[in-house]
Amino acid sequence: MSRRIAVFGRFWWDFVVGDDWIAAAGVIAAIGVTAAVARSSVSAWWVMPLGVTLVLYGSIRRAIRP
Amino acid sequence: MVEALTIVLAAGLARGWRSSLAGVAAAIVVLAVIVAALGPALTVIPLQDLRLFVGSLLLVFGLQWLRKAILRASGFKALHDEDAIFANELAGAQTAARVERGGLDWYGFTLSFKGVLLEGLEVAFIVVTFGSTQGSIPLAALGAGVAIILVATVGVAVRAPLARVPENSMKFAVGIMLTSFGIFWSTEGAGAHWPGSDAALLGVIGFVIASSALLVTLLRRERETLTPSGAEI
Repeated sequence: MSRRIAVFGRFWWDFVVGDDWIAAAGVIAAIGVTAAVARSSVSAWWVMPLGVTLVLYGSIRRAIRP
Repeated sequence: MVEALTIVLAAGLARGWRSSLAGVAAAIVVLAVIVAALGPALTVIPLQDLRLFVGSLLLVFGLQWLRKAILRASGFKALHDEDAIFANELAGAQTAARVERGGLDWYGFTLSFKGVLLEGLEVAFIVVTFGSTQGSIPLAALGAGVAIILVATVGVAVRAPLARVPENSMKFAVGIMLTSFGIFWSTEGAGAHWPGSDAALLGVIGFVIASSALLVTLLRRERETLTPSGAEI
């Protein structure tokens, strides 16, 4: 039973996160920074576009790394 | 959906249409159950929390698509070749042993079932996330259903993989849209406000397109530097 649950969890992890968990962690971190900035007096809308671009760049660099 | 059609065509031609179409029908039932179960469950979440949850999921999921599309467009990853996939699936289906279960050829049934279920899960994911955030899962499901019928009709008519469909460009567009909506909703879900409210989504889409195009250009130059003779990596 526990093996089936592990296989089920593994499938959904691969489906949503894929082979680059660092990118997923980067997205979560960017959302955290956005939430933190939004609580201050500074406008926070720019954090996600910038953060996602950096995450995407890092993910691509890891993918093409020899 | 184009990939699922390729697999179903290969299974149908090599193993018989009855088993192949039974696999398609079974997969569609499973996908409908997933959408019917997850859709209403998501709509009970408060809108801001839902946008945070759906936005982050779309972003993580969409970045996979966008990364692959950028790597394909820049030459670092082979382009998706539907004809080659079809030939490969057909060869595998023709050589597999015949095992009958419930009056169906099991290989043909499972090949179609898995192909449609796995490819359809991506569609179901998009239907549930977009539909729940916009408060209209039936409308999102209807749109997906129309697209499925369109692809299936063309597939039945031509009886060949849809190699002429610009699949790589379409995947690039899907990656851009998933990432853009993910950025938009996760930002709102995190408590930030977009200048110009919903109209800012157009700006986000433009930004993602521009940054993706820039990355493709930079990677193409890098690839040319690495392989001056134009050899494949």
